[in-house]
Formats: sequence, C-alpha cells, structure tokens
Amino acid sequence: MEMNFEDKLAELETIVEKLEKGQLSLDESLELFEHGITLSRECNAMLKNARQKVEKLIEEDNNLKSEDFALPDDTIKGHNF
Amino acid sequence: MSFEEKGIYTVHEFTLVVKGILTSGQFNDVWIRGEISNFKNHTSGHRYFTLKDKNSSLQCVMFKWHGQNLRFEPEHGMKVLILGDLDIYEQRGQYQLKVRAIRPDGVGELYKAYEQLKNKLAMEGLFSPEHKKTLPRFPKKIGVATSETGAVLHDILTVLKRRYPVNILFIPTMVQGESAANSIVHSIELLNRTDVDLIILGRGGGSLEDLWSFNEEIVARAIFGSKIPIISAVGHETDYTIADFVADVRAPTPSAAAEMAVPDRQELFNQVKRIRELLIERQKLHISDRTLYAAELRKCVDPGLLQERIANYMQYIDDINERKTRCIERIIEVRTSRFRECAGKLDAVSPLGTFSRGYSIAMKLPGKTIVRSINDIEKNDEIQILVNDGKIKCDVNDKEEIKWK
Repeated sequence: MEMNFEDKLAELETIVEKLEKGQLSLDESLELFEHGITLSRECNAMLKNARQKVEKLIEEDNNLKSEDFALPDDTIKGHNF
Repeated sequence: MSFEEKGIYTVHEFTLVVKGILTSGQFNDVWIRGEISNFKNHTSGHRYFTLKDKNSSLQCVMFKWHGQNLRFEPEHGMKVLILGDLDIYEQRGQYQLKVRAIRPDGVGELYKAYEQLKNKLAMEGLFSPEHKKTLPRFPKKIGVATSETGAVLHDILTVLKRRYPVNILFIPTMVQGESAANSIVHSIELLNRTDVDLIILGRGGGSLEDLWSFNEEIVARAIFGSKIPIISAVGHETDYTIADFVADVRAPTPSAAAEMAVPDRQELFNQVKRIRELLIERQKLHISDRTLYAAELRKCVDPGLLQERIANYMQYIDDINERKTRCIERIIEVRTSRFRECAGKLDAVSPLGTFSRGYSIAMKLPGKTIVRSINDIEKNDEIQILVNDGKIKCDVNDKEEIKWK
C-alpha cells in the first residue's frame, strides 16, 4: 500500500533529523538526501492533486451504499437551519 | 441572660454574622422563577431589579461581568428564571440575589432539563477529557451529518475544499423537530459503519428549542459511543449544547468545524518547502564538511612532502652505502695486516731459518721423536737428522754428556 501523506511527512522529518545529527557517511547521507527530496516531491504532488469528492450515504435494506453528491445551487442561498 | 453576659454586637458585626450564615452555601446556585419589576440598567453596567410574584418580592443585582453573557435585555414585567447566589447588602442589612444568569421563563423547563442532564452526564464522566478522542491530523474521509438543505453543508464543503480537499461522505440528517434526535443518532451509527475517520455533526444557529435535539440524552450517548472522533458544530459561537460537551471537539460554527477537521494545504506546502530547504541546507553542510576533511587529508599527502621524504631516504641509502664500503675496506685492511704479522711470526719461528744457519734436528727412529737430550737415545739407536737441504739416516755409536753452561 502506498504511504499516506502523514507517513511521508513524518519520514521526511526523520530524515532531516538524521542529517542534522551528522553521524552518517557521505554515501548514507546522499542516499537519505535523495530519498528526502523524492518524498518532498511526492508530498507536494499529493497536496497539489488533492481533490474534493463528495458522496452521499444511503441506507437501503440495512445495507450502506453511497452515490456522488453535488450541492444544488439553490440550496446554497437557502435559509440557515 | 443579660446583655452583660451575652455581649453586644455592633450593627455591622451582626450583619456580618447573618451574612456568614446566609451565604454559607445553602442558597448558592439557586434558580428562582418570577417577574421582573423596577428594572434599572445602571450607567455603571450593573443591573438592578426586583423579582416578584403575587406574594413576595426579592431584590436582585446583576453585576456587569455576569450581564455580559445576557442574550436578551430584561424588561419590566418579563417572566424569567434567574440563577444566582444569596447575598447581603451590608449597608442596608438587606438580603438580595446576586444574579448570574437570566433566562426567559417560556423555555424555563427546557433549561431545567438541560442543566439536569448536563449535571447527570458530567457526573457519569461523559464530558471527561480522558474520553476525548484525538482528531486525525490528516483525515482521508470525513463524514458530515447535517441537514441536506441549508447553508451548513455548503459552508463545511466550501471550507474543506479551500483548506484541504478530501473525500466527504455526507449523510442527510434531520437537525430540527420531533424526530431530529433519532435521526442524529442514526446518522452517527451509520457513519460508524463506514470508513470515515472523522465526523462533523453540524447545525446552524437557532433558539434553544431549535437546537433542542442536540441536548437530548440519546444524542449525547450516541456521540459518546462513537468510535470515530466527532466534531460538534451546533448553533452559533455562544450556543452550548450537551452535544458540544460530549463531542471530542466543539467547534463554535460549522465553518470552524471544517477548519479544525483538516490542516491547511497552503501551510502544508510551506511546511514541506521548509523541510526541503532544511534538507538541502543540511546536505550542503554535510558535503562541505566532508570536503574540508578531504582537503585536510590531501594536505597530509602533499607531493612536495613526499619528494622530500624520498630525497631523505635516498640520502640515507647513499650514506649507508658509503659506510658499508668503508667498513669493508677497513676489514680488509685489518685482515691484511694481521696476515702479515702472522707471516712474519711464522717466518721467525720456522725451522727452515734455523737449518740455513747450520742447525739441524735429530729425531729418533722409528717414532720420529725429537732428540733433546742424550737420555733420549741409546747406543745403536737409529736416528734421522734433518738439515737445510735433506735428511740423513745415522746409527748412534756413542753419546757423551756435555755441560754447556
């Protein structure tokens, strides 16, 4: 399963910490650095590509299903409950 | 007992004693129903009025700091419920109620029920911080339970879209009216059967009666029983419902609930950017650190230094070579001179020299033992005499002792 944003961000933070400690060989640090840059790109992409998807939950014979949902424009101006 | 025995109070002392008794707690936190008269909103900000019914009246004061939360302005003749503590106004020796809250009596019963349920659930621990679930930092799917019509859903969706678009599972829920409480409970239960990781329970503002379903016990228990964290956003900022107390987080408004539900995308962009910059910074530092170290190492293997060292060695080798040659020469020299010395000595002791000077050596045969004395031989022994150029074989005819010295 692909890592979620939270995990990626956490790993990115860990990498920076490790580099800060500076007890790594050049090879190790280069590898970490590369991984960090990749992660930051992936994080950015995840943020950039986030899309809102709204579904409506429907109960049918005690089974749950969902369908795409969009707010009708007129309800937006409707009164406030 | 006479007053000499019992002692005498001053008026003030007496007032203080009475005050001590009356304000010791029994008359704190009391609700009183009545009608307002002689209402006076003083320029100081404090409100003064009399609460009365058919038979009695009670002096009341509401200090400025308590009046700030009033949601309506009391008027003469208004039927109200007031909450306050008994107090003594010392200057007049008059008892009065220090009012903390005034509520219209029309919904008085609701308030009572609200307070009672709130106390009961609080005692049970439904509001305790240790039961509050932590909201996920990055929810993947948010369940929204609210009315299908109305601005609440729109507000929530708009804010979520702006801050951080995620998947949303909306469940139409009745938030007002007779069956609202059941509908809310049902929605919470259904959402608990889905994969949402956060629930927003929302409703716009309204009167106490409008918001009433959020003060019902079944709703409170459903919220408490939810395995998924719930943000409640009921009414306006000043409205507190029981649902708000039970929920894991209370948001003042539905829009605020949406803001709390997700992190801000722009902030996250910035955060990732910051971390990335930090990463690059660290790596630069690391590399420059290594470069410096390498330079330091290179200094140690400087070609100039190496050459100098080699030259040193070469000189040393030459030196050794020279010493070696000298040594050998000396050894030869020493040996040669010793040889000469030996040869000289040999020459000196050689019998050959002696023979040439006329000496000879006599040896008794057949043993060839050297004859040093006349006692070494007898008459008729055979002897051999060595001379300078050969040997002579002789027979001994006679021997005679001679004293040379």
